[in-house]
Amino acid sequence: MITLTINGLQVSVENGTTLLEAARFFGLPIPTLCHMDGLSPYGACRLCVVEVGEGPRAKLVSSCTYLAQDGLAVRTASSRVVRARKMVLELLLASCPQSKTIQDLAALHNVRQQRFRQEHEDCILCGLCVRMCEEQMMAKAIAFRGRGQTRSIGTPFDIRSETCRLCGGCMYVCPACQLRCTYTEPEKAVCGGCANLSPPCVGKESFDDMMCYMSPCVACEIATH
Amino acid sequence: MERLRSIEDFQELRDRLVSDRNPKIPTIVIPAGTCGQASGANDLIRVAKRELLARGLTDRNHVRLRVTGCHGFCEAEPSVLVEPDGTFYPKVDPQDMVRIVEAVAEGRRLEDLFFLDPASGQRIERQCEIPFFKTQVRTILARNEKVDPIRVYDYLGSGGYSALVKALAKGEPRWAIQEVKTSGLRGRGGAGFPTGLKWELLANQRNGHGKFLVCNADEGDPGAYMDRSVLEGNPHSIIEGMLIGGYATGANEGVVYVRAEYPLAVKHLVIALRQCRELGLLGQNILGSGFSFDIRIVKGAGAFVCGEETALIRSIEGKVGEPRQRPPFPVQKGIEGKPTAINNVETWANIPVIIADGADTFAKVGTKGNTGTKIFSLVGKIKNTGLVEIPMGITIDEIVTKIGGGPVGKARIKAVQTGGPSGGCIPVDRFDLPIDYDSLTQAGSIMGSGGMIVMDEKTCMVDVAKYFMNFLKDESCGKCFTCRKGIQRMHEILEDVSEGRATLDQLDLLEELATAVKDTTMCGLGQTASNPVHSTLRYFRDEYIEHIVRGRCPAGVCKAFVTYSINEDCTGCMLCTKACPENAISGVKKQRHAIDAGKCIKCGACITMCKFDAIDVV
Repeated sequence: MITLTINGLQVSVENGTTLLEAARFFGLPIPTLCHMDGLSPYGACRLCVVEVGEGPRAKLVSSCTYLAQDGLAVRTASSRVVRARKMVLELLLASCPQSKTIQDLAALHNVRQQRFRQEHEDCILCGLCVRMCEEQMMAKAIAFRGRGQTRSIGTPFDIRSETCRLCGGCMYVCPACQLRCTYTEPEKAVCGGCANLSPPCVGKESFDDMMCYMSPCVACEIATH
Repeated sequence: MERLRSIEDFQELRDRLVSDRNPKIPTIVIPAGTCGQASGANDLIRVAKRELLARGLTDRNHVRLRVTGCHGFCEAEPSVLVEPDGTFYPKVDPQDMVRIVEAVAEGRRLEDLFFLDPASGQRIERQCEIPFFKTQVRTILARNEKVDPIRVYDYLGSGGYSALVKALAKGEPRWAIQEVKTSGLRGRGGAGFPTGLKWELLANQRNGHGKFLVCNADEGDPGAYMDRSVLEGNPHSIIEGMLIGGYATGANEGVVYVRAEYPLAVKHLVIALRQCRELGLLGQNILGSGFSFDIRIVKGAGAFVCGEETALIRSIEGKVGEPRQRPPFPVQKGIEGKPTAINNVETWANIPVIIADGADTFAKVGTKGNTGTKIFSLVGKIKNTGLVEIPMGITIDEIVTKIGGGPVGKARIKAVQTGGPSGGCIPVDRFDLPIDYDSLTQAGSIMGSGGMIVMDEKTCMVDVAKYFMNFLKDESCGKCFTCRKGIQRMHEILEDVSEGRATLDQLDLLEELATAVKDTTMCGLGQTASNPVHSTLRYFRDEYIEHIVRGRCPAGVCKAFVTYSINEDCTGCMLCTKACPENAISGVKKQRHAIDAGKCIKCGACITMCKFDAIDVV
């Protein structure tokens, strides 16, 4: 067992527990976006940051990836943490304002304005879909490509994936992007499956195995006629 | 080459090579690192060889020729050094090379080709008297002069691998760790972590499935090329350092992670490793000691983030270079999960020096807590650009004035930037600061890997911050939301400032954003990304305010605020009209030209062409 201090409260947790798990177990709220029970933690969204350490060496770390250590002093809502979380939410709103999850989180933390130039992206690159596909569905059909500004999620070279079973898991876990089949805009489709289908007039039987959880997209509509 | 099977074999070979060296024979030394070759050293080498051949001087008893890596005085290249007198000839052209070969063969000197000191107006013959070299303590760089990097016998003949043999002969691996600890050597990659401590931590890890040593030769900072000169000019010093480290810590595998943009360094390393294997200095049972070690090269693929140690480990493993959270530190879990110690090229190069000369001798240079020397790449608006090796504790002013020779041109020096995109600027009124890890960090910058960019009044600090944000924006791995988006937004705000669209609120936003990026990102790239912004805001806030409130760029750099116009010094030579890519300059011969401000894109091509200083930037 490991003994540490969270918000002044001395607690004991098992080996291998992350700070996020420990805080949540004791009822202390920490917001997350890229974390989901059942998937390995990634640490991309930086919302779950907490302050660890004392004095000048205190720093902020993502609680979802930081393992509890003996004697650690953790603060989940110090002023430094709250300021950081607010800025992260402001940045999120500035990139992805249409997402209800992000809007709710922002309201919860009293962020009601954002001071940056507005963008309308549909992916915050949290990686939940990637981890869902790899760890729960065992397909590993989509992953990150590129670095920095050109980072995106999709299949290798945007070719239709042979391991993708069209389970819809990626769309199910997406917190921000309202992932949906975008047949009319192939460059935005994540699995690339729809975009590379042969046109309905050639092989009608091929649509019987499709399992799409969202409202019917163009491909389905064409097939039903 | 015959394989050396014991320490006695080694000593026999070394003694033979040392006596063969004969320091009295005049030697023509031509520095031909990448910078030397780019300035024309290859022509000089060719001419020298041709002349020696023509004069029948190839027996190596009268005159010798040595091609080496970079010596550091890049401003004066292609240069020639003549040993043993130490005569220095700067900026030699092929015709003068013929004269030099002739002179050296006849024991003469060519006074008209000596270095001309701009400060005193005197000609100086010997390299060690030239102001650029005088204040330096060239422990590492001087070795570049003594060895031809692709001849291991050269390295052996000048004392190479003796430190390794000294460590092996002691028979006690931990002795080397103790020496490195006593020397006080701190990591030269930028963070300054005590090397001896890192080695001790690695040695204490259980041996289990093996341990790794890594030489971080990624050197991503724009403008920094210190490591390149060591890799190209003295690759054996790195190999020796890693061998000593491996023996001391129990590591058996070494990796040199070198950036692919250094082809000459890669070539020299490949040759050096092959020679070591042939000699038996790498491989199984080295010199009969029972210690086995081998080194392989892994080339980078063009990512600055792979200089960060956890991303570097992933890159070596063949994966995408993305950093991960520490702890666990690489010393505990590194390459393939095994204990790994990563050190910078310069750190490794210092190891043979410490072991051979002794830890106490090493610790005499520098200050307490900051021992030894550091190589800086002194670039920017300074007269003497090049690589300088200085003892820790020397002030910035001494580097800029005594070694650097002061500003180039009429504008005064305003600041220096240390540490590249992770560092900050230090203004001229703080040039009395000593160069050491702690004072630089307190001033808002970092030591970094050694880049030192000198800026004068014609450098816009907003532009500098914008440049570094642009660089980091492209190089961020993109995993952490705040790093990826935060840097992009900081760049956006800086663009707004430099193009006249910003408000004062945005300055406060910039500062807040910079703090948030620094606090919340996971790896060093993001954590130090805000340093250029924070330090320029701290010392040069007035420049930002000039841009925002008065719509002026004091340095005359930001294109939105300046107009180019031609004044009455114009002689009507038409050179600029031809140079202008937008055809914005009109005029006839012998009459003053004019620039159409509407078409002018402020590229500066006309200024470069004008011989009469007739173009004003207002």
